Amino acid sequence: MLLSRVADALYWISRYLERAEHTARLVDVAIDQGLGRASSFTGSAVERLYQSVGLDSTSQDVTAMAGGALFDLANRNSVISCVTAARENARQVREEIASEMWEQLNALYLRLKQMREEGAWGARIHHVSRAVIDGVRLFKGITNGTMSHGEGWQYLQVGHYLERSNATASLLTLFVPGGTSATTMTEPRDQVEWVTLLEACSALEAYCRYYTADVRAGRVTEFLLLNSEFPRSVRFSAVQLEAALRTLAGYSTRTAGRAERLAGRLRASLEYAQVDEILNDDPQTYLTNISRQCTQIHAAVQQSYVSYPIESALPA
Amino acid sequence: MVSQSSSLKLVPSPQQARPGPPATSLFSQYAIDAAFDEMFDAEWRARAHYRALIDELLVASPEELRQRQLEADRAFLTQGITFTVYGDDQGTERIFPFDLLPRILTGREWDTLERGLAQRLTAINLFLKDIYNEGRILAERVVPPELVYSCRHFRREMRGVKVHKDIYVSIAGTDLVRLDDGRFVVLEDNLRVPSGVSYMLANREVTKRVFPGLFNRYNVRPIAHYGQSLLATLRALAPANRGEPTMVVLTPGVGNSAYFEHAFLAREMGLPLVEGRDLLVHDNIVYMRTTSGLRRVDVIYRRVDDDFLDPLAFRADSYLGVAGLLNAYRAGQVSMANAIGTGIADDKAVYAYLPAIIRFYLSEEPILANVQTYLLDNPSDRAYVLEHLDSLVVKAVGESGGYGMLIGPHSTRQQRDEFRDQILASPRNYIAQPTLAFSRAACFMDSGIEPRHIDLRPYVLFGDRVTMVPGGLTRVALRKGSLVVNSSQGGGSKDTWVLVD
Repeated sequence: MLLSRVADALYWISRYLERAEHTARLVDVAIDQGLGRASSFTGSAVERLYQSVGLDSTSQDVTAMAGGALFDLANRNSVISCVTAARENARQVREEIASEMWEQLNALYLRLKQMREEGAWGARIHHVSRAVIDGVRLFKGITNGTMSHGEGWQYLQVGHYLERSNATASLLTLFVPGGTSATTMTEPRDQVEWVTLLEACSALEAYCRYYTADVRAGRVTEFLLLNSEFPRSVRFSAVQLEAALRTLAGYSTRTAGRAERLAGRLRASLEYAQVDEILNDDPQTYLTNISRQCTQIHAAVQQSYVSYPIESALPA
Repeated sequence: MVSQSSSLKLVPSPQQARPGPPATSLFSQYAIDAAFDEMFDAEWRARAHYRALIDELLVASPEELRQRQLEADRAFLTQGITFTVYGDDQGTERIFPFDLLPRILTGREWDTLERGLAQRLTAINLFLKDIYNEGRILAERVVPPELVYSCRHFRREMRGVKVHKDIYVSIAGTDLVRLDDGRFVVLEDNLRVPSGVSYMLANREVTKRVFPGLFNRYNVRPIAHYGQSLLATLRALAPANRGEPTMVVLTPGVGNSAYFEHAFLAREMGLPLVEGRDLLVHDNIVYMRTTSGLRRVDVIYRRVDDDFLDPLAFRADSYLGVAGLLNAYRAGQVSMANAIGTGIADDKAVYAYLPAIIRFYLSEEPILANVQTYLLDNPSDRAYVLEHLDSLVVKAVGESGGYGMLIGPHSTRQQRDEFRDQILASPRNYIAQPTLAFSRAACFMDSGIEPRHIDLRPYVLFGDRVTMVPGGLTRVALRKGSLVVNSSQGGGSKDTWVLVD
């Protein structure tokens, strides 16, 4: 038994941290790609990366874009906003999490805040984004090593893998055919862009081991969407998500099968999918559908465990 | 008068040829004045129970002590033992300043305090039961009825309510000071949501860590069982036939300055820490919203003030409370510690009547004396106080935390004029007391070891019986010459040792 508010806070801690790590990695990759180019990078992979996290990348220089993605407090999805939100959630459930977890998250927050205040990070973007990625990974390691893998820990897993499924799917949306219709972008032509996508998912080395360094659109899509072993693929995340939700259903006396069923359907559809069929049919719709299912799963978790109607829960 | 002559064996200090502080640079700034010094008597002889501490300090270098102070401060910061500073939107969290040197009480001194505090809390609970029911003490005019009924903290809603086991105040934090003659007197009672007990426990942990050898040389009574005592007290409040009761700690939330303490106590007791939005009332039953559905709540240790507890009954604009909680409480379906309406008994004007209240219900003489108090709606008291504003302390009756206070000897003419106007406008809202030279204890300051004024807040629990862990929180007025110990006004704290004699 866990307070609904506590479950919700734990879920959001890991969602926000996953988002912070993801954005920090995109910035890291984008800065490598964008440096040395002309002021405009319209139509490039960099633009796609930024678009995937909701940033309008036209007519700005690379450093300003990166700074915004990392430090813009007005943007709820910036790295600093996400880390602040995660810390705020952790602060409210301090009696539920291991104190080392709090201390690590607090340290990450203070460091980021200090970096922002110091300014002049233009030359150190790589350094900042690495600090965030490492900080989040350290938090995850401490969490796995110090917190009981009970009900609360499972909520951390749900937030973690739901966010990851959604982030990888959203990123893919901008690279597969049809993803560029409304913008000035053209479809990615060269291997470089697909390599950039793999890097943005920390997937380049794993991909090469699997398919060799021959980077092809279909294979990259297959790897990030359907691979059963790579931890950032949508399928891998969906499997973990379903497992966590099934464990949670076992903890609760509420008959709340919806979230588990939705996650199971997502997992099964990815397990039996074929990448050539997806690409030949309508990849945009397919990926948008995954994002929609993630939203449904989020709503079902809220409905079942957090903001359920009181009438449904009163003793008979 | 409490006799202490035998417990304070005054041992001559061999280092001293002439009376004066120990001849090391650490003590070069140490001075004693009219106030009682916890470490030395007026002839500079060390009090027996401080000898071992002084010996430790005589061989310690200032650098070493500074190192220990850093270590202690770091321990507080990394554990997040902090309070939030209000009015700072950066959410600044500060540590409560900690003084390195323990304050030491003999077992005998403590035993007297313990008896006095138990007597006082017993009488207070009888008083609360009486004024919210038959009102005997008011009918006999031992306490004037108008004094009670005009108090902001008197809750009409509690009239005739059956409070489980008649325990209104289960957790009290009583502020004591030691006068120049060595006696402890009660400065005020905190009977609503007293705070600070987490600092008492944390101070002990840190002191043990930075003075391990010294701690072993003293035989100090333990305090670590406070969490269990509090849990047992709450359990005693559970409504009858509720089997294994569900108990929770109710906090106003992370924005509250004492949030750390709420989380700390919840963890110490293994209870859920809930906010108002986690609870709901249906058919006068209180539930908490969990991932397994609604779970009935039997006992609430609430750290939310009466005013914010139930928007249907009290402040309608409060989001911190639970709608319908008062009715559930009145129906006896949930217990609360403390009960609603206990603030009437720590009103500073009612305080003046506490000795009479003790005599009235217990037919005993008070073991702990009060400070002499002038009630300003009494014309002769008021005339005297207005004449002597520059030598008295004036306090607003319903305030705490060191707010709404005039310290005459440290005040400006303008401040005195403002208070004069406020007193004349609403005399019932103010009391006055003599400015007390309360005792000073050795503290480790930048310039070395110097005495600073201190008070003592023991935490008294009332469940099946009165219990208290030996000691309490010793608060220190860290500013030189200051008499204000509140954390909001430049105060700090130190560990409090009660010895096994």
